[in-house]
Amino acid sequence: MSDFDLIGHDDVADLARGAAVLGTGGGGDPYIGRVMAEQAIRRHGPVRVVQLADVPDDALVVPVGMMGAPAVMVEKLPAGHEPARAVAALAEVLGRTPTHVACVEAGGVNSMIPITAAAELGLPLIDGDGMGRAFPELQMMLPTLEGVAATPMALTDEKGNSLVLRTVDNRWGERLARPATVEMGASAATAIYPMDGAQAKRGLVPGTLGVARDLGARLARARREHADPVAEAVAALGGFELLRGKVVDVSRRTTGGFVRGRAGLEGTGEWAGHTLALGFQNEHLVAERDGAVVASTPDLICVLDAETGEPVTTEAMRYGFRVAVLGIPCHPRWRTDEGLDLVGPRYFGYDHDFVPVERLV
Amino acid sequence: MHIGIDVGGTNTDAVLMEGTSVVASVKRSTTADVTSGIVDALAGLAAEQRFDPKAVQAVMIGTTHFTNAVVSGDGLARTGVLRLGLPAGAGIPPMSDWPDHLADAIGRHVHQAHGGHEFDGRAISDLRPAELRRIAAELGEAGVRTVAITSVFSPVTAEAEIAAAEIIAAELPHVKVSLSHELGRIGLLERENATIVNAALLDVAEHATEAFRRALAGSGIDAPLYLSQNDGTLMDIDYARDYPVATFASGPTNSMRGAALLSGLSDCLVVDVGGTTADIGVLVGGFPRPAGAEVEIGGVRTNFRMPDVVAIGIGGGSLVHTGNGPLRVGPGSVGHRLTSEARVFGGGTLTATDLAVAAGIARIGDPALVADLDPALVRDGLEHIARRIAETADTMRTSAEPLPMVLVGGGSVLVPGALPGFETVLRPEHASVANAIGAAIAQVGGEVDRIYSLGGRDRGAVLDEARQEAAQRAVVAGARPASVRVVEVDEVPIAYLPGDSVRVRVKAVGDLELNTVGQEVGAS
Repeated sequence: MSDFDLIGHDDVADLARGAAVLGTGGGGDPYIGRVMAEQAIRRHGPVRVVQLADVPDDALVVPVGMMGAPAVMVEKLPAGHEPARAVAALAEVLGRTPTHVACVEAGGVNSMIPITAAAELGLPLIDGDGMGRAFPELQMMLPTLEGVAATPMALTDEKGNSLVLRTVDNRWGERLARPATVEMGASAATAIYPMDGAQAKRGLVPGTLGVARDLGARLARARREHADPVAEAVAALGGFELLRGKVVDVSRRTTGGFVRGRAGLEGTGEWAGHTLALGFQNEHLVAERDGAVVASTPDLICVLDAETGEPVTTEAMRYGFRVAVLGIPCHPRWRTDEGLDLVGPRYFGYDHDFVPVERLV
Repeated sequence: MHIGIDVGGTNTDAVLMEGTSVVASVKRSTTADVTSGIVDALAGLAAEQRFDPKAVQAVMIGTTHFTNAVVSGDGLARTGVLRLGLPAGAGIPPMSDWPDHLADAIGRHVHQAHGGHEFDGRAISDLRPAELRRIAAELGEAGVRTVAITSVFSPVTAEAEIAAAEIIAAELPHVKVSLSHELGRIGLLERENATIVNAALLDVAEHATEAFRRALAGSGIDAPLYLSQNDGTLMDIDYARDYPVATFASGPTNSMRGAALLSGLSDCLVVDVGGTTADIGVLVGGFPRPAGAEVEIGGVRTNFRMPDVVAIGIGGGSLVHTGNGPLRVGPGSVGHRLTSEARVFGGGTLTATDLAVAAGIARIGDPALVADLDPALVRDGLEHIARRIAETADTMRTSAEPLPMVLVGGGSVLVPGALPGFETVLRPEHASVANAIGAAIAQVGGEVDRIYSLGGRDRGAVLDEARQEAAQRAVVAGARPASVRVVEVDEVPIAYLPGDSVRVRVKAVGDLELNTVGQEVGAS
């Protein structure tokens, strides 16, 4: 994606659409983030994009995102400056000015928030992110595997409060930041995992913003030309179609603030006669076709509206939806033992080991 | 007895109903003033079946009038927009994503003020009366006729919205106000947009409801008048004057509900074949299955619940392409010019209707004009139509269980009585006026949509509370208490909130309580 060096106003919609797919059912509706990013670019000009390989080793890279409930974010909209204030609050305790902004995750609303921060702060944005997808908890970042600490981290709300945390490890960061976010009204901006350029090159997934932008553009074109958006997504992401069909059953329950659920699908067309069960916790985590696992976390399981190619979030998943389910290989470092400890099927309570999607289908 | 009327862009249909039986039905042209088209249709009903206008107990109207006003931008009021929630929301001011022509049509009188709530009802900031009085003064200067007020999390608590409305009303006594908690669900921008559109329509609504009233009075009918809403329930005319957006997309809902009555089925596929498209939807428990995604109206994002309908480009006026390549029907159509351009009417264009006439399954126009058509072409064309409809209908099914199909609409003759994969295909009597019938049989409803924090409370008790509130709202809206039942309970746990938070949506509906005078007449 070497041609990708600037995010202009007209790139945002494509990027948001592609990032929603990479959100694998979670990460929140990027619509609010999209409108904010477009406004920030209108006000401050396009955002400069830097490829990960071009980041100097002594750079100070700060990933940025929102923490909280996506369902709250669509109602209580941000004041607008929270992400930039979070970066500023972190810079203050670090005693250094950040040189680059990055995305904590490539999926959903968090692909958009760093654009607003970069535009407002006049900093370049790294084409890459900390997950190559979306995950629900803050320690679930690839830099964790490189020994990068999540803290010091800053949380800011729309009222002007800011909070800086220093914790003994990244899971403690999650434990302390989560209730603080709720007290702030269940929606806060965060600047987190400050790292130098060398750590960023080892820890972040390169090129994900470019992938999201290209995917979004392909989906938009497919829709305009009445082509098959699902085939476009498979081609763009190098994945596999696991099933096309109808949602015939959805059940959900909440445990500890996280929604766990299961959706049953029945195949249609060339998939007629097959069934697929999706397990999700904010994101889609496991897909079983005809009773056998065909894809599981940390590989990406993306659910798209079969007609429009619009991604279907786990919250929106409803009886009667006509969808296609894709399985896409994740970044190879998630597939290491340490990676699977953090985000493998067993961490989420499933009783089976991870097997790469390309070997299962 | 009661009367259902569908005021569409082209036709005004009317039906006279006795209970759930159709006594008479007519189709007339819609007129620019709306009133005379309705008067004409009512006269047509009387010509078909004499009835005493005084014995009419209720009139229900389904209309696209308000949707059309938004799409065209005609007659919209200059509207002030006020959002409560600062400092939240400053990042995305109201109307940020509106199309220019519509934003210009209502002006850009946008203000944000303090107030509003968190997800759990805590205040984000306190309301500042002086700030609101200053905004009111500016809106007064700008000459707004209406004001739309939206507060953050007003579906959880409407306190801030109501308090602000009192201040605005005291400062600007002649201005009409729309409040968002009465119009929409969680999702600030979508609810705010619906509220602004509603406020902008208040003038149009006043004129249109007056036109409806005049039409009835001119026909000697003195019965309560209702308008149908997008969810298949009714609102009385006074409510419609204040909440015109609630009529949006009532058309597909009415035709599906009409199909349910005519066929006697509550769970079925409904295929409404018009001149240009076939609209396919699903009835579940007598109500259309709602669509999941956001719906744009005139380019504005809203979160109305619309029926889940898939349209394919096949209707009575669809063009039949016989050139090189395989035979195709649609999506192009001669539309309302069918009676001049189709072959059976002496025109030169081969349409789907011509195929049906040539095959002897439809009787309109002059069959002699299509007698020369190749029987193989006729057969292939009709098979193509049947296959396309069957394929699309199949994707709307949610289980392998056999699901009957009901055909309605003027173009339903194109579809044969047997379709691959569908055991039962019905084309009931009066199918061409299913819209008006759907309006006539609409019920009244009440809805609750709120985030509950279970926090140790029993989930069943919370759901019961929501059910009772929805039922109570249906009764307040005019439902006969004994007939009220809960038709929909949707419970979605919310991620990243403490105390097992859950968003609960409950809808209750009941039969309209016909007025006592009417009941006496009906019983005599």
